[in-house]
Amino acid sequence: MQEVIDTAKRLLSDGTVNRVAGWKAGEFPYDVTPAVFTTVEEIDNGFIYNDFCAPNLSKYLIKESHKEGKILVFLKPCDTYSFNQLLKEHRILRENVYIVGVPCTGKVDIGTVRAMGIKGITDMESDGENVTIHTLYGDKVVPKTETLGDKCRTCKSKKHVIYDELIGEDGEVNNDGARFELVEKLEKMTPDERFEFWRGELSKCIRCNACRNVCPACSCENCVFDNPGSGIQQRAATDSFEENMFHLIRSFHVAGRCTDCGECTRVCPQNIPLHLINRKYIKDINVFYGEYQAGEDVMSRAPLNAYTFTDCEPGIVYERGGNE
Amino acid sequence: MHRIGVFVCHCGTNIAATVDVKAVAEAALNETGVVFSADYQYMCSEAGQTLVQDTIKEHKLTGVVVCSCSPRMHEATFRKAAAKAGLNSYMVEIANIREQCSWIHKDMMSGTEKAVILMRAAVAKVKLNAPLTPGQTPVTKRALVIGGGIAGIQTALDIAEAGFDVDIVEKQPTIGGKMTQIDKTFPTLDCASCILTPKMVDCAQNEKIHIYSYSEVESVTGFVGNFTVKIKRKARYIDEKKCTGCGECIEKCPMKKVPNEFNLGLDNRKAIYIPFAQAVPKVATIDSNYCIKLKTGKCGLCSTVCGAGAIDYTQQDTIIEEKYGAIVAATGYNPINIEKFDEFAYSQSPDVITSLELERLMNAAGPSNGTLVRPSYLSNQHDPEAHPHTIVFVQCVGSRSTECRKGSKEYCSKICCMYTAKHAMLIREKYPDTDVYVFYIDVRTPGKLFDEFYRRAVEQYGVHYIKGMVGKVAPKADGKLNVQASDLISNEQLHIDADLVVLATAIEPDKSARSIGTMLTASMDTNDFFTEAHPKLRPVESPTAGVFLSGVAQGPKDIPETVTQASAAAAKVIGILVKDQLTGNPCVAHSDELMCNGCSACEKVCPYGAITYSDKEFRQPDRTVAIRRVASVNPAVCQGCGACTVACPSGAMDLKGFSNQQIMAEVDAICR
Ligand SMILES: Cc1cc2nc3c(=O)[nH]c(=O)nc-3n(C[C@H](O)[C@H](O)[C@H](O)COP(=O)(O)OP(=O)(O)OC[C@H]3O[C@@H](n4cnc5c(N)ncnc54)[C@H](O)[C@@H]3O)c2cc1C
Ligand code: SF4
Ligand code: SF4
Ligand code: SF4
Ligand code: SF4
Repeated sequence: MQEVIDTAKRLLSDGTVNRVAGWKAGEFPYDVTPAVFTTVEEIDNGFIYNDFCAPNLSKYLIKESHKEGKILVFLKPCDTYSFNQLLKEHRILRENVYIVGVPCTGKVDIGTVRAMGIKGITDMESDGENVTIHTLYGDKVVPKTETLGDKCRTCKSKKHVIYDELIGEDGEVNNDGARFELVEKLEKMTPDERFEFWRGELSKCIRCNACRNVCPACSCENCVFDNPGSGIQQRAATDSFEENMFHLIRSFHVAGRCTDCGECTRVCPQNIPLHLINRKYIKDINVFYGEYQAGEDVMSRAPLNAYTFTDCEPGIVYERGGNE
Repeated sequence: MHRIGVFVCHCGTNIAATVDVKAVAEAALNETGVVFSADYQYMCSEAGQTLVQDTIKEHKLTGVVVCSCSPRMHEATFRKAAAKAGLNSYMVEIANIREQCSWIHKDMMSGTEKAVILMRAAVAKVKLNAPLTPGQTPVTKRALVIGGGIAGIQTALDIAEAGFDVDIVEKQPTIGGKMTQIDKTFPTLDCASCILTPKMVDCAQNEKIHIYSYSEVESVTGFVGNFTVKIKRKARYIDEKKCTGCGECIEKCPMKKVPNEFNLGLDNRKAIYIPFAQAVPKVATIDSNYCIKLKTGKCGLCSTVCGAGAIDYTQQDTIIEEKYGAIVAATGYNPINIEKFDEFAYSQSPDVITSLELERLMNAAGPSNGTLVRPSYLSNQHDPEAHPHTIVFVQCVGSRSTECRKGSKEYCSKICCMYTAKHAMLIREKYPDTDVYVFYIDVRTPGKLFDEFYRRAVEQYGVHYIKGMVGKVAPKADGKLNVQASDLISNEQLHIDADLVVLATAIEPDKSARSIGTMLTASMDTNDFFTEAHPKLRPVESPTAGVFLSGVAQGPKDIPETVTQASAAAAKVIGILVKDQLTGNPCVAHSDELMCNGCSACEKVCPYGAITYSDKEFRQPDRTVAIRRVASVNPAVCQGCGACTVACPSGAMDLKGFSNQQIMAEVDAICR
């Protein structure tokens, strides 16, 4: 998208910012990587914005916003929620960031493409309508809508909740609940079936830590999994306890703070649908404490760590039990 | 090297009957670090404590585990004992093998097994204990009483009597509470206002007592000895200092149709009002929901007639902040809403009333000036039909209920048997031509002179007491009420045509008690009555230090009991206020700044406002300096609740004496 590149160059040239956080091509053209650009030349040579620019740039601002000068960042609607959440947690210095909201119609998900049975992929291109997949065995053209991951297919919002400048028209929040459909399916399983499902998924984990490293909510100075004093420090997934507990602990750590940005599932090399654990919590929070979307704003208090006068002491559990 | 001593208590047979205490003591010796173990009949006795102390000295113990009752009971006892023997108090751990073990197990095998596990957990924990030293904090010598009913009044008077300042926050325009609405009081039948008014006046005149009427507590922070309370003074549109209570304004106010809450809506008052003649403070209040001036800008009559110039339509709510050493919750009660109890036709017929409404109907200052009339005739009191001839009382309406109907209570409201006997007797005394029936489940009148009182109603006043419940009250076309009931003793169905039906309505804590409880972090039971620190031994203390309980806020009770408890609460408050310093709790939270993200999760959950943030410089591994926002805990304010430690994602926040590591060690020991 030329407008994005032009905006980056303009704000860098006029001195509004001294750096630009954006995307550049990765090892494969469809495997886009976040990058920081400091000159117009660098932008001309490497900056891209296309249907493969899935990475959420907000987390990088924890470090970047503490550096000298202002940085420009491009945020898709869902990325703005992560930004707000980090702002709420005092992790980003707002005054050092210039946000340009970019429109998004969903990003191509390589996992989804592979799941179609397409092998030997060498390159991909998108014209916004269709995705052309070049493979060792010839080209395939599929409608882009079919290449979206669960996250983009059930996009929660096309609205930017924070920005300094916007490219294109702002969209709407999507409240149709579609994003909870898979969670509902899991809820309908018997406990044994559900246990088997998650055992099956989580046992694939190789403890590469990609999910944690990409997660904007997982931005602790010293993660408990890296802290020898915590008693649960990083160990390879040597036994089933390790695999399972890593994900349960992590999901509890991000409960109420997870904005449902879907990055965990996107980066997992083992294609584990990690976002479903978090979505289950999001759904439960909505049911038990009222609708809440992490990152929607900076001021509201998250249900799981708000201390209110209506908190009843015998526990919400008591009331809940009474109703059901 | 750990040198741990384990002491297993029999607690008479309390523990020993279901736990093989000898086996527990033996098992302790298998734990690494345990150098001594013993069992003893009563560990808390002087001999038991001496055993602990001697062993500490003799075996040079570094840690002590007492397997006994709940730490709430005797942790302090054993800590003191250890300190006397030269061991830091915080090197003592209690394994609760009574409440959490022997009392809930029936079988010796499983009881013993669990006791051993609990012992192991405590040993695992004590190994990670570190000596702690409590700090000292100064005491603010002023008390706050929330609620100005007879409970709050008595507590305040007693505290003031001891020479300490005390503030009463009362949400109504006047203090006095429910007792102001009661006509005569059992068991002596003296008039309520005759005995209450002097106390209210004493409050007003006592220079140690400050009354914040028409005010509410907004927030409470701090801790015992050092509470900071924000009080909202609701706008009453009157300058309290100028108003003389002459009532000129009330005379002139054209807005006459405001339901009078003091008479429970049985008559009307003006938009500007003084609830009743003996109100304290005796100043007017404008009801902003009805005042024409406040609603439309027109009128303003009251300000033209007020000679004192006290009326101020521009007054706003104000918030004041005050510091207190101790707080008493005396928020009282209200009758429950009985509109859901359709069978009694309360909403259909004005002649079905609650007992509190009856108090107003019998009171000389009430809507009928003390003449008992059927409420349907209140506007036509001289009609010969106005006088009720047949009166039916129904007891336990909404109390002692086993049905899960919304609003009904499982508990006994305690006061209804007595006040119903009172009502029946007073009516028969004044109107001998009446027939009075009382339907009851059973009559509960323990108490000094109480049963005599009830028997008088039956024996001397000829009140018809019938064991049985009223099934239905049906209003008839002629205005009578058809009462269908069962007499359980003669096993008959009864139909009584009554002129008046009085429902002895259950009472419940004031609706605001829950939020007050949350502000005070004082725990409550499922009925929203405040719970006491110990039901038998600490009945007027809340489990939260510095918070005390007075009156019905803690549980249903009559005036004599309320006053007793009120004075007891005052004694406890005085016990704190006479001290210059209080010893703090060293088990407080602290954050590891190297791990802290500055995310504020901890601050958001801290009920005491103990956590603050600052930007600090940190040297990075690459030798650069980074500035980060980090949390720090004020140890004087922290109460050691541990909420922050679980909210903290990175584990930077930890609690002394209950560290994450200690808890994990306990869990590990249990799962071993
Ligand atoms: C019909 C009836 C007849 C009775 N007759 C008798 C009798 O004859 N003899 C007898 O011994 N007992 C009698 N009682 C019982 C008696 O009324 C109570 O024992 C007594 O009133 C309890 O006093 P209290 O101060 O605890 O509560 P209350 O009288 O309820 O006082 C509580 C006060 O706190 C205030 N308050 C509540 N919440 C807040 C808040 N959040 N902030 C500030 N202020 C607040 C309220 O406005 C009120 O003024 C009778 C009760 C009833 C219902
Ligand atoms: S797993 Fe927990 S401790 Fe680790 S980074 Fe995520 S939130 Fe922080
Ligand atoms: S990214 Fe996938 S494989 Fe890697 S740690 Fe997370 S769940 Fe495990
Ligand atoms: S333990 Fe934590 S949350 Fe609890 S009072 Fe102390 S600082 Fe506040
Ligand atoms: S919750 Fe933990 S990481 Fe966050 S500010 Fe508090 S101590 Fe620091």
